Amino acid sequence: MEREKRQGSAPTDLGMNRTGVSTSPIDTPRMVDAAMSVPVIAEGAGEMVNMRRMYVEESPEPIGSMPPPVTPKGMAKTAVQAFKGHKPTVLLDKMGERLAFERTGTRLYDAMIVKVVGSPETGVGPRHADLEELRAEELRHFELVHRHLVRLGADPTVQTPCADTAGMQAMGVLQVLTDPRTTLSQCLNAILTTELADTAGWELLTHLAREAGETEMADEFQQAHLNEQEHDRRVKTWLTEMVMTDAGVA
Amino acid sequence: MALDLRNERGVALDKQRFTWREMVSPPISKLDDDAFTRVRVILMNGQETEAQRFSHACARMNRALQLPLARVRRVEQHQATMINWLISPDHSPLETTIAYEQVAIEVTAHVAEHEPDPYMAQTYRFGMLEDFDHLYRYSALLDRLEGKDANNITQSYSDIVPGRPTVIEHRAPEDDLRRPYDRRTADALTKIHATLIMAGEHQTHDYYMNIGPLFADPVARQLYAEIASIEEQHVTQYESIIDPDETWLEKWVLHEATEVYAYYSCLQSESNPRIKAIWQRMVDYELGHLQVAVEHFQNIEKRDAAEILPATLPDPIAFRSHRDFVRKVLNQEVDLRARGTEYIHASQEDEHSPSVLYRSHLNSLGSPSETVAAGYSWRPGTEVTELMVATKGGA
Repeated sequence: MEREKRQGSAPTDLGMNRTGVSTSPIDTPRMVDAAMSVPVIAEGAGEMVNMRRMYVEESPEPIGSMPPPVTPKGMAKTAVQAFKGHKPTVLLDKMGERLAFERTGTRLYDAMIVKVVGSPETGVGPRHADLEELRAEELRHFELVHRHLVRLGADPTVQTPCADTAGMQAMGVLQVLTDPRTTLSQCLNAILTTELADTAGWELLTHLAREAGETEMADEFQQAHLNEQEHDRRVKTWLTEMVMTDAGVA
Repeated sequence: MALDLRNERGVALDKQRFTWREMVSPPISKLDDDAFTRVRVILMNGQETEAQRFSHACARMNRALQLPLARVRRVEQHQATMINWLISPDHSPLETTIAYEQVAIEVTAHVAEHEPDPYMAQTYRFGMLEDFDHLYRYSALLDRLEGKDANNITQSYSDIVPGRPTVIEHRAPEDDLRRPYDRRTADALTKIHATLIMAGEHQTHDYYMNIGPLFADPVARQLYAEIASIEEQHVTQYESIIDPDETWLEKWVLHEATEVYAYYSCLQSESNPRIKAIWQRMVDYELGHLQVAVEHFQNIEKRDAAEILPATLPDPIAFRSHRDFVRKVLNQEVDLRARGTEYIHASQEDEHSPSVLYRSHLNSLGSPSETVAAGYSWRPGTEVTELMVATKGGA
C-alpha cells in the first residue's frame, strides 16, 4: 500500500520545484546584473584555502587516540608487535571502525526495512526478507569483530578514532534513510555508498590482519569481505531495477 | 478584513491543546514550497522563542504572574515546536542559515518601509544592510564549502551582493545602543515592529551560536563566530529601541499583540494550504493569549488596554521581494556608521573611536567574512559553473 501510494506521487513526477533560476525569468537577470557588478579579485578563493591550511598546520592534536590495552594478554601482544616494529593500534583502530560501521549498518537496515514493510510484492527491488537477511549479516560481522577484539585483549566498547570518523560519514546516509519522504530507490542509492565503503573496509582489514600474522582472523575477515561484495551486487541490482522501472525502460 | 484586537477572543487558553503527532507533522518542501513559506516559518519560530524568553524573564520578576505565564508559555512551547519542526531535514544547517538571512532582509525591509517613526525606520535600514551582507557572505560559504547555490533557497527574491561589509559592522557596545521610543506617545505599530524584529534577531543569534560548532571547517566556524557576534549587536540595538519604562504587563500585552499581528500576516499571504491552516489556528490561539494578558493588565494595573493596543491590526507584513527598496537603501546608506545613538557617515568616524579600535583588534589576525567571500560573485548554479567555462576556454 505504502509503495503504491509512493508510486502515485513519485519525486520524479512533474511538480512545482522552484529552486532553478528559470522559475524567475524576470528577477534572475536583475540578480545576475547586480552580482556581476561586484568587483572580483582574481584567485580570491585562495584566501579560504590559506585559512584552512593555517588551521591544518597549527592543529597537531588529532580527533582522539587509542586507549591502552585492558588485559595482560593485550599488553603482551602489544609488546610483541612493537618489538617486531609493528604498530598494533592501527589494526585495533581499523577493527574499531568496522565494529562501529557494522553496528550502524544494522540500524541503517532497520530504517530501510520500514520502507518496505507492508508493501505488496512488485517483483522489483528488495523484499522485506532480503533486507532482513542483509541486516542479519551486518550483525554477524559486528559480532565477528567484537569477538576478535576481546580475544586480542582490547575493549570493544571503545569508540576509536576511525570509528568516530566513520560515524561522521554515516550521518548523511542515516538522514536519507530515516526521512519518511524519501523513496526506497533513494534509500538504496544512499546505502550503496555505505556498502561499497564497507566492502573496501573489509578488504583492507583482511590485508592488515594477515600482515599482522593473525591468519585465522584474516580468513574470517576475508569471508566477511566476500559477503559484503555480495551485498554490493544485490543493492546495485535492486537500485538498477527500480530506477529502470521508474524510467519505464526496464 | 481587519482583525479587531480588542474584541476578537480567539480560542480560550484551556482549549488550546496539542498531541505529539500534531506538533511533528510533515515538513515543508525545500524544493517545491515558495521561499516565503519558509520565511514565515522561521519568522514565527522567532516570535515564539521570544515569547518563551520574555515569559521566563517576566516570571522571575513577578510572583503574581507566574501561574498565568506558565500556562500560556506551555502552549507557546508547543506552538514553537509545531512551527520550527516544519523545516525539512534536507536543509543543511547552512542552507537554513541562508533562509534566516532572507527573513532578516525581507521582513526588516517591510518594517523599514512602513515604520512611522523616522529614527526607528533609519535604525531598521541600518540593520538591514548588515544582514544583507551576511546573506552574501554565507552564500559564498555555501558555494565554496558545500558546492550549493544559495539561490535554490532564496528563489531569486533577494539579491546576493555585498551590503555594509561585515568586517566593519563590529562596533563597541556604546555605539550599538539607540534611543528608545516613548511608550506614552509612540504609535502602536512602532512598538509591534520593535518586538517583531528584536525577536527575529535574537532567534538568529541563538541559531548561529548553536550550529556554529557543528561545522568541521575552520572557515565556517570562524564565519559563524563572526556573524553571531553581529547578531548579538543587533539584539542589543533592537532591544534598546523599546522603551525600558514599559511595565512588565505592558510588555506582555505587546508581545501577544505582536504575535497576533505576525500570524495574521502569515495567514493573509500563505500559498501552502496545509501551512495556512496552521497559521489560522495560531491566530486563534494568540488571540486567546492576548485576552489573558489584557485581563491581567487591566486587573493589576487598572488601565484600559486600549491605551496601548490599536483598535485594528495594521496592514499585514508584505511577504514579497523588496529588491528595489533594498537597492535604494544600499545605494544611499551603505556608508553609514554609528556614533552613540546617532548615525554618521563613514568619513566622520574618528580613527580612535571606540568602534574603530574595537574592530581593529578583532580583525587584526584576519577577517573570516572577507576571507570566505574574497573574489566571490554569485552566479546561477554556483561559482563552479564559471570554473567549468574557464576550463573549457583553456582547453
